[in-house]
Amino acid sequence: MSRGLWIGSGLTAMMLSLALVSLIWTPYPYEQLDIPNKLLPPSLVHPLGTDHFGRDILSMIMVGIRTSMGVAIVAVAIGLVFGIPLGLLASQRKGGWIDEVIMRTNDVIFAFPLLAMAILITAVFGPSATNAIIAFGIFNIPVFARVTRGGALSLWEREFIFAARVAGKSRLRISAEHILPNILGILIVQGTIQFALGIQVEAALSFVGLGVQPPTPSLGRMLADAQTLVTIAPHIAIFPGLAIIGIVVGLNLMGDGLRDWLDPRIRVVRT
Amino acid sequence: MSLLEVTGLNLSITGKSILRNVDLSVAKGEIVAVTGESGSGKSMTAFSVMQLLPEGAEISGSIKLDGTDLTTLPESQLCEMRGARIGMVFQEPMSALNPVKTIGDQVAETILIHGTMSRNQARAQAHEMLGRVGLPPDQFSPTRFPHELSGGQRQRVVIAMAIALRPDMLIADEPTTALDVTTQAQILDLLKGLVAEFDMGLLMITHDLAVVSDMADRIVVMRAGEVVETGPTRQLFAKMRHPYTRMLFEASRHSVDLPEKHGSEPLLSVQNVARAYRLPRTKLFASAEHYRAVDGVSFTLRKGERLGLVGESGCGKSTLTRAILGLEPVQGGQILLNGAPVYTERGADLAVRRGMQVVFQDPFGSFNPRHRVARLITEPYHLLENPPSGTERADAVAEALRAVGLSPDDAGKYIHEFSGGQRQRIAIARALIIKPDLILFDEAVSALDVSVRARILDLVAELCESHDLSYLFISHDLSVVRTITDRVLVMRAGRIVEEGETEQVFSHPSHPYTRALIAAAPVLPDIDTQHRSHPHV
Amino acid sequence: MLRYTLKRLISLLLSLAVASLVIFAVIEIAPGDPAQFMLGVNAQPDTLAALRTELELDASKPERYLAWVGGMLQGDFGTSYTYRTPVAGMIADRLWVSLPLTIYALLISILLAFPAGIYAASRRGKMGDAAMMGTTQLGVAIPNFWFAMMLVLVLAVNLRWFNAGGFPGWDKGVWSGLHALTLPAIALALPQASILARVMRSALLDVLGEDFMRTARAKGLSRGQALWRHGLRNALIPVLTIIGLQVSFLLAGAIIIEQVFYLPGLGRLIFQSINSRDLIVVESVVMLLVFVVITVNFLVDLAYAIVDPRLRTRT
Repeated sequence: MSRGLWIGSGLTAMMLSLALVSLIWTPYPYEQLDIPNKLLPPSLVHPLGTDHFGRDILSMIMVGIRTSMGVAIVAVAIGLVFGIPLGLLASQRKGGWIDEVIMRTNDVIFAFPLLAMAILITAVFGPSATNAIIAFGIFNIPVFARVTRGGALSLWEREFIFAARVAGKSRLRISAEHILPNILGILIVQGTIQFALGIQVEAALSFVGLGVQPPTPSLGRMLADAQTLVTIAPHIAIFPGLAIIGIVVGLNLMGDGLRDWLDPRIRVVRT
Repeated sequence: MSLLEVTGLNLSITGKSILRNVDLSVAKGEIVAVTGESGSGKSMTAFSVMQLLPEGAEISGSIKLDGTDLTTLPESQLCEMRGARIGMVFQEPMSALNPVKTIGDQVAETILIHGTMSRNQARAQAHEMLGRVGLPPDQFSPTRFPHELSGGQRQRVVIAMAIALRPDMLIADEPTTALDVTTQAQILDLLKGLVAEFDMGLLMITHDLAVVSDMADRIVVMRAGEVVETGPTRQLFAKMRHPYTRMLFEASRHSVDLPEKHGSEPLLSVQNVARAYRLPRTKLFASAEHYRAVDGVSFTLRKGERLGLVGESGCGKSTLTRAILGLEPVQGGQILLNGAPVYTERGADLAVRRGMQVVFQDPFGSFNPRHRVARLITEPYHLLENPPSGTERADAVAEALRAVGLSPDDAGKYIHEFSGGQRQRIAIARALIIKPDLILFDEAVSALDVSVRARILDLVAELCESHDLSYLFISHDLSVVRTITDRVLVMRAGRIVEEGETEQVFSHPSHPYTRALIAAAPVLPDIDTQHRSHPHV
Repeated sequence: MLRYTLKRLISLLLSLAVASLVIFAVIEIAPGDPAQFMLGVNAQPDTLAALRTELELDASKPERYLAWVGGMLQGDFGTSYTYRTPVAGMIADRLWVSLPLTIYALLISILLAFPAGIYAASRRGKMGDAAMMGTTQLGVAIPNFWFAMMLVLVLAVNLRWFNAGGFPGWDKGVWSGLHALTLPAIALALPQASILARVMRSALLDVLGEDFMRTARAKGLSRGQALWRHGLRNALIPVLTIIGLQVSFLLAGAIIIEQVFYLPGLGRLIFQSINSRDLIVVESVVMLLVFVVITVNFLVDLAYAIVDPRLRTRT
């Protein structure tokens, strides 16, 4: 295991525990307004200062990390749940009609920039965290379908798969028994990378009002609030930004480290 | 004085010792072959001479070319030397050329980089060299890209690049290993001709003792990083002082005694089978052309028969193998095993599949790395309606492992714990476990070192005795097919061109293609080793 | 080559057709009655009827789809309900900010990433490589709009080198326009440049392991010469893919970052239209974004064929 993997896992574990701790304890209730003490710089009382309503920024960041990670995890799960079976199915008969239909549908989804998808969904169904999750989840489906198909296709040409076919096993069974366990490594790596991307996507969508809605704090929402105040109270923009960078660096280091550790030949799709 | 003089060469890569105290020399116009099995360090010897070693390599000893020690030269002078005074030809012609540059440019680059000629002169010289290696520019346009050429043609381009500046010394690392036997013969002839014409020294690395005996003036035998024996070819073969040399020689021409053939009812019947693939369209509105990989093949394999199928790459033997295994449909004719079709539209017919198993070529790719041996070799149990379980299953695993010369304790191990030869034994155990009527050996010994190959062939012969095997042995290697089969089919361009008793076909081939194939295969000198291996008797 | 181009072109048109169908379906069918949706539940019956007539909602759905696509082909994107002006003109005005910003950022990204990636690859495993990889690891993680806020804070508010936002318009001169777009372009480009530099590096390292690089060294090329003459063009193939993807990310990023710099680009138009439920504008802008992405993919495919001769003969 490389140093990058250690640092990445450590950073991720730290951020994850901040999010989990926020479930039972935060320094202050995150929704507690305290207008007289608004925009306080970091101090011993408020380690990261307060925002324009006097809310404690550390508490908000803890809850915000939880929200942002939640959005990202669910969206990645959507991608995994739909993308992996589709990718496996497509790989079973390369160039067959199922493969063609799945891959062409994927191409069309891929042609929609994530933001366009979010705009489309929000315009019709209104802005919400759920809709941001759906938009990013749909975006993730072709990503995982491609990675799965790519990994599986090379395996279908391997002799141990031929041996399983000679043993009379069906393609479905071979997919579950031989293919999936052997591409788990790439899927885990791609999953970490999409998770990191999800944190950034949540931040961007919430920043422009297409994602998490008030009063729920998320890292992107906090930055949206900070935008007009950054010149007079820089700390309210700096800390949520650093939290995003911390999570993303942690996850990316972990993903790269895992890839090198599991199999240096793995190629991931970077979007 | 020799042109190339390697003395006391030691090489280690990141601390691991690769070569120990290697001595060898090559004179002008001389062909010296370095031979040995995998892991002998023969290729690394070649790369040491080129001074193209992987990172972390530490080298000691001396490598003198015309008296200049290459190990002490600075990199810039080595660059001047490479391509101009030493050229190199590699094993894999398919990947040795840059895919995005034309072959003419790549040959001319050798000349341009050394700055001895103008661009036009270099191009003219490149064209001349391409002509010299058998790719005359008026027939093979130098503006072609590598992917438009066959493997043999690409190897000619690599040779043209290596000799473009008429170097004193040429190094060839397994130059024909990736090529078909007829192409191999042409490339070897070309190299021999170039050595004589340019008065070059040729250091040739090869695992194939037969190639060596045809070609080399002198031979260096290596094992595990050391030179075990060296001498002029004839003399070395005549004396073979080192037991390892003798072992290599005997393993290379290893033959087995098959038990008498018996039985006569048809087991596998291939009737007028055809399989075509659509080719990508080359012209915009032309209708797609088809490539007939298998074109009207018929033969019958009878119970108790050991049938061989030989042919060069692209002859259709892999396609035919998949069709026989019932993995792919055929477009014409039919394939019957015990009278029932092997391929059915709706999934596999387990009752038919039960009669057949296969052993593949690649000892590293034929097993799921995540499963233990017991699970790997019992995979064919899927074909049985009531597969044995519990102790019955464990006993069957133990018996299969014992039959292939492994220990029942190996059942709990993972595949990466075994060597290539052991893996092929496990593959055979997997094929045997449901006691099929027919086994397909698909290039099953082609990836193995000669000594391992000899032992696997012995095993197959033993199993013929103990398990009453019938098999189809598919291979490009004529010497193997000759010893391990009763009857043989020769395949070319999707058709069977000759069929007959193995000895009959090999000693009196009737089809011109069979004759060409046999003539092209390099052979070991006929030496009575029985006599010489016990000189003191 | 002609065959390849035509094949790609057909696939481009097919993707556009399918994408337009999807957009139409989501915008015009999902909300039920688009007119009702745009006006809200408290709409007067006569305004609703008027909008229904304007949108030709009484026509069948296939007819309306064909009318929409037919209009777009002639440059008619319909009339915005909230602004009462033709959508095509509005988009064109905004595009004059968003598109230059995207291209500006793309150029910065490529100009930074190529040298950085080549440098890191050539110093593989050494200090320079490690430093470069550390920097890009950080660069990949920084949200561009947050970076933009920090740039404004430092370079505009504290150092006063740039304006904190706003756009003078191209009629005030190209130079002042570019100056106003510089900070946004840098903010957009740095994260993408980090990704591109990493891809460039790993593509080069992959190529360095290829057999033909060894062949080149055996000819007498130095490490550097081999990298330039044989490595770069082969490494370009994966790099092109990423550049293609980056166009769509930069365009989306531009839309977001315009909010930070108060730029009159597509971003503001989109978010205002979403709030005012102006589906006609939303529909057109989304179609435009998809069109840009698909077209860039097509261009990348053509670039592949120029770089890689194997694609010209293969299908």
